[in-house]
Amino acid sequence: MATLNVLILVCLGYVVLLFGVAFAADRLAAAGRGKWLRSPLIYTLSLSIYCTAWTFYGAVGNAARSGLEFVTIYLGPTLVMVGWWWGLRKLVRVGRSQRVTSIADLISSRYGKSNTLAICVTTLAVVGGTPYIALQLQSITLSFSIFAEADPTGLYREGSSVFWVAAGLAVFAILFGTRNLDVNERHHGVVTAIALESVVKLFALLAVGIFVVWGIAGGLAPMMERIDASEIGKWNVDASRWATFTFLSAAAFICLPRMFQVMVVENDDESHLRTAAWAFPLYLLLMSLFVVPIAVIGLDLMPKGSNPDLFVLTVPLSQGNDWLAMLSFIGGFSSATSMVIVTAMALSTMVSNHVVMPIWLSTHEGSASVSGDVRTIVLMARRVSIAVIMALGYFYYRVSGGGAALASIGLVAFAGISQILPALVGGLFWRGATRTGALVGLSIGFILWIYTLLLPGMGGGIIPISVIENGPFGWGWLRPQALFGIEGIDPMVHSVMWSLSLNTIGFCVASLLSFPSPLERLQGAQFVNVFDHSVAPQGWTGSVAQSEDLMIMTQRILGVVPAQEFFQAEAERQNGRTGRLPEPTPGFLQRLERELSGSVGAATAHAMIGQIVGGASVSVEDLLAVADESAQLLEYSSQLEAKSNELSRTALKLREANTKLTQVSKQKDAFLSQVSHELRTPMTSIRAFSEILRDTDGLSAEEQTRYAAIIHDEALRLTRLLDDLLDLSVLESGQVSLNTGDGSLSAVLDRAISGALAGGDGKLSVRRVRASERIQLHTDLDRLGQVFINLISNAQKYCDAALPELTISTHDVGGQVVIDFVDNGSGIPAEAQALVFEKFARVGSDKAGGAGLGLAICREIMQRLGGDIAYLPGQGGAAFRVSLPVAYQQAAQ
Amino acid sequence: MTPEEQGEHRRPSLFLERQSYRRRRLMDAARLLPFLGAALLAVPLLWPDESDGTGAVPLSAAIFYIFACWAVLILINVVFGFAARRLAAREKGDAEADTWQR
Repeated sequence: MATLNVLILVCLGYVVLLFGVAFAADRLAAAGRGKWLRSPLIYTLSLSIYCTAWTFYGAVGNAARSGLEFVTIYLGPTLVMVGWWWGLRKLVRVGRSQRVTSIADLISSRYGKSNTLAICVTTLAVVGGTPYIALQLQSITLSFSIFAEADPTGLYREGSSVFWVAAGLAVFAILFGTRNLDVNERHHGVVTAIALESVVKLFALLAVGIFVVWGIAGGLAPMMERIDASEIGKWNVDASRWATFTFLSAAAFICLPRMFQVMVVENDDESHLRTAAWAFPLYLLLMSLFVVPIAVIGLDLMPKGSNPDLFVLTVPLSQGNDWLAMLSFIGGFSSATSMVIVTAMALSTMVSNHVVMPIWLSTHEGSASVSGDVRTIVLMARRVSIAVIMALGYFYYRVSGGGAALASIGLVAFAGISQILPALVGGLFWRGATRTGALVGLSIGFILWIYTLLLPGMGGGIIPISVIENGPFGWGWLRPQALFGIEGIDPMVHSVMWSLSLNTIGFCVASLLSFPSPLERLQGAQFVNVFDHSVAPQGWTGSVAQSEDLMIMTQRILGVVPAQEFFQAEAERQNGRTGRLPEPTPGFLQRLERELSGSVGAATAHAMIGQIVGGASVSVEDLLAVADESAQLLEYSSQLEAKSNELSRTALKLREANTKLTQVSKQKDAFLSQVSHELRTPMTSIRAFSEILRDTDGLSAEEQTRYAAIIHDEALRLTRLLDDLLDLSVLESGQVSLNTGDGSLSAVLDRAISGALAGGDGKLSVRRVRASERIQLHTDLDRLGQVFINLISNAQKYCDAALPELTISTHDVGGQVVIDFVDNGSGIPAEAQALVFEKFARVGSDKAGGAGLGLAICREIMQRLGGDIAYLPGQGGAAFRVSLPVAYQQAAQ
Repeated sequence: MTPEEQGEHRRPSLFLERQSYRRRRLMDAARLLPFLGAALLAVPLLWPDESDGTGAVPLSAAIFYIFACWAVLILINVVFGFAARRLAAREKGDAEADTWQR
């Protein structure tokens, strides 16, 4: 027979084992070994602190009272895990990227690092967590009392045992949970111990279940028959409770501070969620697999009136299976201790970061840099918080009398903590959610929960019976369990429905009506679009900041060595060498704040740096993040605009190119027909006269000579034409090789005039201003001479004055030497002026002569030489201006 | 660029597109799963209970239904988890298209 003393010994031994495991795990992690400590399996098992003593004992009690209803408590979390892609993934990412320390920290961080909000959430969590801790105390006490009854020799008093259990758990939590300060440094020891406890409690419950099904009932089929034959053997679940509790447990699974602690804060690797998404529901399924069989067998075997919450213990005991009962006791003990440790850790972090530290900061105004160790203050605050929280749980247990069924206390806590849900979900998915909205929603939900559920549930006359029955001051519509006169709803469903729906409505309406601060909007963008930019949200201007002050403060929070390491790494990042304090750049301040928030929470870290630095600034990038949506839209539309502009430009270019091509094609056709025409004329006469020479007999020698001369002339003309064409094509294709040399302009003109006038009839007189021609040239003199010859012979050919006269004058126009060739003829008609430089362009086709290529060749030559030739209108006669290339001219000496 | 070169250039991109398409659909499935679960678990709301006087569903049948639904959800999640891991591993070289980014 297991005596109470043996039981206590086993308990103590178990605690020592847990200590050992936690200690070893911490050592392993510190040594950088033990990769399995960070495995998805450990993560999944640590999640199972969801299953508390309430689950261990209370689920069976619940099943004995109302059948399958207990399963809703597991179905909610299963749905959340199954839908991890929607919610948990984002929650974990946000938690990691913002270095969040608790659920209160998350909410406060999301709504502009508001400490008011953090205090609200902390209060809610403490008030909601207190009944829950009371529940664990109750379950341990109850299970002790079972063994005490069976052991008449033991000295056992319920009141003192509750106290000692509470005190023991507090010490346990302090030793485990406040070993290090930075919450973001994972508590490998605690997590590993919790994982071990999960295995123990699952093993215990499965052992009892297997014993019941195969040991007592005699197999699966007989078990099913017994279930159907029992008093709970028919489906009898209230639809509203089924739906409400499933939802409630899902909500609480996300919002419970201890769940947040293990799920988000202690998360090492996001991909662990992928495994936990199926492994944790599997764990829950196994936990609830044997609940109904145990309940049914308990109802069968145990005497009427025995507490169904303890069937897990009493059924093995009644069968004389003491060791199984002991195992099951250890299972229940595990459930309670792990829950209490993590809850106390999470709550104490919240209390110290959001209540104690702000108060300390405000009483030590401007003294964040005064020397002294903040670490001891924070750690002390945490330890005291744990003690206070445990004391609160103890007193709740005493006040409520411990009479209510386990399950209902748990549900009260669930309903309380679920009031965070609207602010949490809204904050993660809705950028329009504001701090005011969150405050209003939380307050409404909190007050309604206290009024409709917590106070009436506590009994003990906190709310007089008359108020519950008739409402305060006799206002019937304010009755706590029938708000607005709507009666007949289950009190639990009633409270959850009213508090959560009015909470949500208040949250949405106040969010819609209020206007968020810039920091809030920044954080909102960071949270909602966390997968787009997982970066720090917020900029400091470090102009006033003193690196030394920051260093002192950081040392006091992180400890001397980590702080120095952090600052040196920062200095190295900034100027590539250690040994100097880093400049307080916004990026550095941001990283520092993030680092500090891992120890004291976002709001406190923000306030502390704010005290030293003086003010936060919002950088342009941050504003861009806020204006993300509109910026994206704008960018998109401007991109579209740019593209369409580019398209229309391209289309225009294409059209121009097409027009040019068409013109070139036309020019080519015209050119070809011109060439063939030009070639045909001399060919025709050559053919005609050679036929005459061949076919006509008796031509006189004189005639023969004349005809041969014509043929010779035409052949010459043909040759000239072909030479010109060749010349032109060479010039146009750019293949011409220039033969540069030095000479004076006047010499070039002399040669050109004598050459041009040599074969002519000599009618043309040339007037020159020799003085201005004394210019030294460095160019292709022959080509330039060719141009001059062409112009002079044109004047000779086309000048229609009675006494043709050509004036050649040299000027300096804007630093450039130009030579004008002006004759005294009638000039070129205005409509033909634009065409004179085109190929085969001849003014008045009546005067035979050149092929119309001369001026075209001139223009090509001048352009090759770097100058130009143009028609000069309004000079009385035909006038051409030759501009000499700038680079090739030199002033006369 | 010759046609052959173009063909070679395009083939891997076609393959990637199909892969990212698969990934998208897998994510859709993951998103739909909680709704499937909620629908399955809402079915008991329609069952008659003892108050109707008509034949209520026996508890063993109810247990069987609920645990079967539960197991199915877990199995689907297992399959999804492994599929997602395989896709993530396959795309490890392609940092831009990290499955866990979005």
